[in-house]
Amino acid sequence: MTMERRNFLKLLGAGAGVATLGLAGCATTNKAGARKVVVVGGGYGGTIAAKYIRMQDPTIEVTLIERNDHFVSCPFSNLYIGGLLPDLSSLTIKYDQLATNHGIKVVQAEVTGIDAKAHVVKTSAGDFPYEKCVVSPGIEFRTNEIKGYDPEIMPHAWKAGPQTVLLRKQLEAMKPGGTVILSIPLAPFRCPPGPYERTSMIAMYLKEHKPGSKIIVLDANPDIVSKKGLFLKGWEKHYKGIIDYRPAKKVTEVDNKNMSVLVEGIEEIKGDVINIIPPQKAGHIAHVAGLVGDDGKWCPVRSFDFESRKYPDIHVIGDSSIAGAMPKSGYSANSEAKVCATNLVAMMNGRKMTEMSAINTCYSYLSAKEAVSVTGVYRVNASSQAIEAVPGSVGVSADLSETEAMYAESWIRNILVEMSS
Amino acid sequence: MRKKWSGLALAFGAMVFSATAYAVPPTAEILSYACAGCHGTSGASAGPSMPSLAGQSKVFFIDAMKKFKSGERSGTVMTRLVKGYSDEQIVAMADFFAKQKRATQTTAVDSALVAQGKVIYDNACKRCHLENGKEFEEDTPVVAGQWLKYLQIQMGEFRDGKRKISEKKAEKVKSLTAADWEAVAHFYASQK
Repeated sequence: MTMERRNFLKLLGAGAGVATLGLAGCATTNKAGARKVVVVGGGYGGTIAAKYIRMQDPTIEVTLIERNDHFVSCPFSNLYIGGLLPDLSSLTIKYDQLATNHGIKVVQAEVTGIDAKAHVVKTSAGDFPYEKCVVSPGIEFRTNEIKGYDPEIMPHAWKAGPQTVLLRKQLEAMKPGGTVILSIPLAPFRCPPGPYERTSMIAMYLKEHKPGSKIIVLDANPDIVSKKGLFLKGWEKHYKGIIDYRPAKKVTEVDNKNMSVLVEGIEEIKGDVINIIPPQKAGHIAHVAGLVGDDGKWCPVRSFDFESRKYPDIHVIGDSSIAGAMPKSGYSANSEAKVCATNLVAMMNGRKMTEMSAINTCYSYLSAKEAVSVTGVYRVNASSQAIEAVPGSVGVSADLSETEAMYAESWIRNILVEMSS
Repeated sequence: MRKKWSGLALAFGAMVFSATAYAVPPTAEILSYACAGCHGTSGASAGPSMPSLAGQSKVFFIDAMKKFKSGERSGTVMTRLVKGYSDEQIVAMADFFAKQKRATQTTAVDSALVAQGKVIYDNACKRCHLENGKEFEEDTPVVAGQWLKYLQIQMGEFRDGKRKISEKKAEKVKSLTAADWEAVAHFYASQK
């Protein structure tokens, strides 16, 4: 590379930072936020963004704002529903070690809004000015698309915690020979293979503890969304006669008194336990802050650092973002957070950004001892600028595997330890 | 400086925003950070069946990835994920992990088996797996301080012929029994 070219690139690198500040039109006026990053949401994305910013530049002040004092992992919560885990404690993390080890300020508060122009995150515990903001709010449900929906009667259990416990208790209380209904929304939704893993785990529980029971799966999608061949193989092997899978069945209404669901407003199906996973959209705060795109659901972002297409200096990662070919998963959020953190640190220090490279690996359990996985390595396509899978890296397991179940257990340990320490 | 260049920067702004051509290719850091979801932060694994990559031999790392890629070494997710990386990117990641401090863990080990494993180590392993497995020689991996579960899985694969044994190793280990392999696993896991 010639000297001229190097200087040109350097100039562009620095220019990106200046232009960003220029667009915001306030970084020079908002001195309070200088060298400060505010991270909204303490889940798979937020914890990692906060940690990896501090790991790469301890001179940047990082505040992590989360409404709860703990986080419960959705990945692996299906194992609790199926009876493989006694409780959710092994899936629960706290923030104290993360805070001490990396000097992150953790604030337990409700975020009420983000003033993008003034560069301030507004919360129940006061205002937090920022130079850069990372938003990782997970998902919210489009409950208005299911008439009569009440999660206390028909739990979603798609945000781990009390809802997961409620579904488990309902299954325990069900009489033998009962019917469970599981309703799956149209994609995209959080964790593409998740509903089918849940089907497997509920079927496993019914087989062992509720003889004569069955599970009716009403899938709004035309077919199984993820790992189809492997799920069908596992269902055939372990749960023949227990799983009644019905594609293209969109639940539009529920009757809480009669414990029934209506498919497309016409076909009524009764169940003893009804698990409705409603259609989804970006987390609440993404809507309040105006980060959601024209579809009214998800947040458009620039692919190599996840900066919002709506406002400069706000980055959206995890389930809420439109991340091209990357699925909405815990691993994706973890990997996106690192890409975002690395480039955010680069920008704040006037360095050039780095092209993204990210991974997704999702394990699903089919039985007490067998799991399967899907993998992918992701990059930005140079011409389309969209996030795409690197050819050859996307694939699923060859078969149901006990080894993969062992690896899955180590995966959940590693990723939760990474988030909490 | 900022004022001086801001006009030019704004002029180029749209281009900078829309084209990754002006970002540098993925660095060793951004490539390697992604591995931590399974292998732990900086390659220090917290999961009993996942190997720590921190402090691993660069030559061994590259060799292992090549074998996953060609199918010479069987695997589950690694044989797929490795196809997402170029040879240069694999070298960059090998370099990143080799620079990290070697990780240790707190596996409970059987002290009798550790002692038994030490004898086998001295006879059969020591010439290549230096310093009780803490140091490496070219393509031999650092094995000390790995999780017991991980070592047991790998020893089992060597024992059953699922993982190919190099010629120099084959000669040394051909007489080892299942109990011997198990003892060596306990020995390496006990190393701090």
